[in-house]
Amino acid sequence: MARSKTISPNVGRLSRSQVFAKRGLHKGQKKSEKPAASETPLTKEVQIGGEKNGSTRIVPTSKAPRYYPAEDVRKPKKSRKLIVPTKLRSSITPGTVLILLAGRFRGKRVVFLKQLESGLLLVTGPFRVNGVPLRRVNQAYVIATSTKIDFEGITIDEKINDAYFAKPVVKGRSSAEEEFFAEGKPKEKEPFSESKAADQKSVDKAIIAAIKEEEYLAKYLKATFGLTKGQYPHQLKF
Amino acid sequence: MSESNFKRFIEVGRVVLLRSGPHSGKIAVISEVIDHNRAIVDGPATGVPRQSYPFRHLTLTPFRLSKLPRGAGSGVVLKQLTSEGILEKWNKSAWATKRTAIEKRRSLNDFERFKTFVAKKGRRDVVRKSVKVAKKA
Repeated sequence: MARSKTISPNVGRLSRSQVFAKRGLHKGQKKSEKPAASETPLTKEVQIGGEKNGSTRIVPTSKAPRYYPAEDVRKPKKSRKLIVPTKLRSSITPGTVLILLAGRFRGKRVVFLKQLESGLLLVTGPFRVNGVPLRRVNQAYVIATSTKIDFEGITIDEKINDAYFAKPVVKGRSSAEEEFFAEGKPKEKEPFSESKAADQKSVDKAIIAAIKEEEYLAKYLKATFGLTKGQYPHQLKF
Repeated sequence: MSESNFKRFIEVGRVVLLRSGPHSGKIAVISEVIDHNRAIVDGPATGVPRQSYPFRHLTLTPFRLSKLPRGAGSGVVLKQLTSEGILEKWNKSAWATKRTAIEKRRSLNDFERFKTFVAKKGRRDVVRKSVKVAKKA
């Protein structure tokens, strides 16, 4: 009824067929004929045992269900929404220096690597420069600067995707007690996985080399961003 | 009657700084005073077309074309501007240099701002150390 405004509650201005015409769905309807489905006869003959039973009987091929719902069950509406991939801001290209605005690393300047399938941005500090690890961030919480590091010849391993950052799923039930304590004592922290540390290093290696090319760039990435008196972000050039 | 304390006046030939509009920040010359609110300004040397401009959007500079006749056209204004070297005088003035410096500072991007911050820090360091040496001596 979105197309036909209501005259009074639940009464549309347009009739059902007028709404159909307005929606124009018939325009996109398929004209080609479907392949004819092989016809199965509605009934079939079945041999019946016993002398007085007439030897054969005609029965329906598919039995009618024995159960009918007393009331009509409404089918849930099928969603027609599409998943549209997130558009990357044009100012963000691989190698762009970004300023993080939220989260634990807010104020840090980081290097953008690539956009992941979920639309989140993959960034790295690099870790050795400013302590920001490989991380996913939403582009809404980021300022793109016009500074770019030379990203030529640098490729990011395909294995670093959204699944790479997913938490390991623990099957079965576990109490909160089990989660934090073992034998009455607080559990020791799990060490950071060595393979991930190696990934961080291998990704950062090329980027650190590119950063070293330009003077002050490493120092710049190490410094945090902040506003001083009389500075307004909308008036600044990044 | 004593002379006025004012040094700059709205007058034909006065070089003015435009403070608004698409030509904001450029200098031009008053070639005709229309009324108590507006004047015709002309800046053939700075790309300002001849037009009416309200006084509240003009700032008077100390420069002036002393021999400009009333209602002179762009050609005459350009000739006198070049012969008196007004543009060079303006560009050399402390006012104009400060304006360009401020504009340049504003146009810096984040990385360039950081580099100036580092440079300023370095300068402070040199000054501090040399002051200390000078104090001891």
